[in-house]
Amino acid sequence: MSDKVIYAMYGDDDVLKSSAKKLVSNGVKISEVYSPFPIHGIDPIIGVKGTRLGIMAFLYGLTGLALATIGMYYFMVVEWKMNIGGKPNFSYAENVLAFIPITFEFTVLCAAHGMAITYLLLNRTLPGMPAQNPDPRTTDDKFVMEIRLSENHGVTEDKLDELLKDTGFVELDKKIIE
Amino acid sequence: MVLRQLQIQQNKNKIMEFTITKKAKKTAFGLIGVGALLAIVGIITNIGEAHFTTRLMTNGLINAFFFMAIGLGALFFLALNYATEAGWYAVVKRIIESVALFLPYGIGIFGLILLTISFMKGAHIYTWMDAHTVAEDELIQGKSAYLNMAFFWLRTLVYFTVYLLFLRGFRKRSLLEDQVGGTEIHFKNYRKGATFLVFFAVFSSTSAWDWLMSIDVHWYSTLFGWYTFAGMWVSAMVVIVLTTIYLKKQGYLPHVNDSHIHDIGKWIFAISFLWSYLWFSQYMLIWYANIGEEVIYYVMRTENYKYLYFGMFFINFVFPMLILMSRDAKRDTGVLMFVGLVILIGHWLDVFIMVSGGSLGANWNIGLLEIGLPLVMAGVFILILFKNLASAPLTPVNHPFLDESIHHEF
Repeated sequence: MSDKVIYAMYGDDDVLKSSAKKLVSNGVKISEVYSPFPIHGIDPIIGVKGTRLGIMAFLYGLTGLALATIGMYYFMVVEWKMNIGGKPNFSYAENVLAFIPITFEFTVLCAAHGMAITYLLLNRTLPGMPAQNPDPRTTDDKFVMEIRLSENHGVTEDKLDELLKDTGFVELDKKIIE
Repeated sequence: MVLRQLQIQQNKNKIMEFTITKKAKKTAFGLIGVGALLAIVGIITNIGEAHFTTRLMTNGLINAFFFMAIGLGALFFLALNYATEAGWYAVVKRIIESVALFLPYGIGIFGLILLTISFMKGAHIYTWMDAHTVAEDELIQGKSAYLNMAFFWLRTLVYFTVYLLFLRGFRKRSLLEDQVGGTEIHFKNYRKGATFLVFFAVFSSTSAWDWLMSIDVHWYSTLFGWYTFAGMWVSAMVVIVLTTIYLKKQGYLPHVNDSHIHDIGKWIFAISFLWSYLWFSQYMLIWYANIGEEVIYYVMRTENYKYLYFGMFFINFVFPMLILMSRDAKRDTGVLMFVGLVILIGHWLDVFIMVSGGSLGANWNIGLLEIGLPLVMAGVFILILFKNLASAPLTPVNHPFLDESIHHEF
């Protein structure tokens, strides 16, 4: 099924923001915005749902906490009892203080790496993945708004052109995607 | 000139004066009344007991220090915002100032307590003040170049003077800014704020050694100053957020939004971690090294204050960590007030164990006296805080970052 996509390119994030506000208030669904940096306040305008990355970070952290505890318990207490200067003294609970720094580090390690990998996966930007952005200039100093006609049944293409006309874009591109 | 007069006139019209409600006044006086009653009953019923004067002065020291430290923490936070040229805090600046302005009263009470203890030759709290004890104790003799009455008071007076001078300057310029505007005052505050931080960096450590660490006179820890400082900072942030929420509920502070509350909540969350980190670092290093003269501090506290000591750590760390972790919780005034009050009590307990673990040791007690005195101080604190809030407009109309602060949103 072919779909027609409109790419409106802007030279300034504030111009793009006000343009997006105008389009959305006219019932247009903007499917994506490409930008070299995060634009503050764009999420609620184009209807991006709040991220759940924080919840994932907490879960990754818990994983790290559990792994570190199980690992150290096994290494230091069960498999080969270690006694360094009288501590740990063959008991995990009594010497939990000695294990806390490593538990903390491993929790942070798992949370940070898990979060970064999840982020890259969700955005499909892991190293080697094909680029998602329609124009390489959106990684430099341009901002592109993507509107798909298939997601805008209520608004015709002519109406979209008219709406976009005075919004101050620097380039307008239309593509047919198979 | 005409323009300036116009602006002054405008400012006068804009002033939204805070007035203490009858209910708040009644509550504060109620706290003082109930607290005083409990304390007096506590004193009368216990007066004959052994160690009673030490216990009395210990409690005076704990409460005078804890409440003075709240003012000091707020003064530090104000200077920090000046030095970093923060923008978001402009709409809550007057609240930070009002909390900091408790400091003159706090210092007065604390100074009186220190003076009384000095006249009582240390009252078994500062044992190094007693010449007989020092004569028999070689370890104290080794420290007497630093820990002697004259130098102690010299340092204490220098801390008090520097804190009060900076506070006076900040307040004076803050009120002047309301009248004249411009950026000159802002840059002066920037320089003075940074200068204060330099003084405070040294004084926060040395004053903690003088006032609190010297109670356990044989013991020393280089982390102690930061640990005390983190505790006073988080207590100050809790008081600031509670005051902000209270004023907001009373219909003041129209420009304070969820994002400001969220930001102060983040501070409480972060400083709770700082405090816990320092508490743990101090504990773990000493526990691991296992040197007799160092572990004595923790042996005393873990053996005689076991549940209180670890319970205090639990509510000051795990509590804010788990409850304040999510974004929604930091924007919920009910949750913030609940967590804030709990960790305020937690940090009072921290100071309680710091002081009375050294002075009373195993002979500690939580009775009517221990409950009554903090209530009296809390009532006095609330009255003075509200008096300070009423003495100036709640919005610094000419703060250069006011506009940024009003539009603060994330």
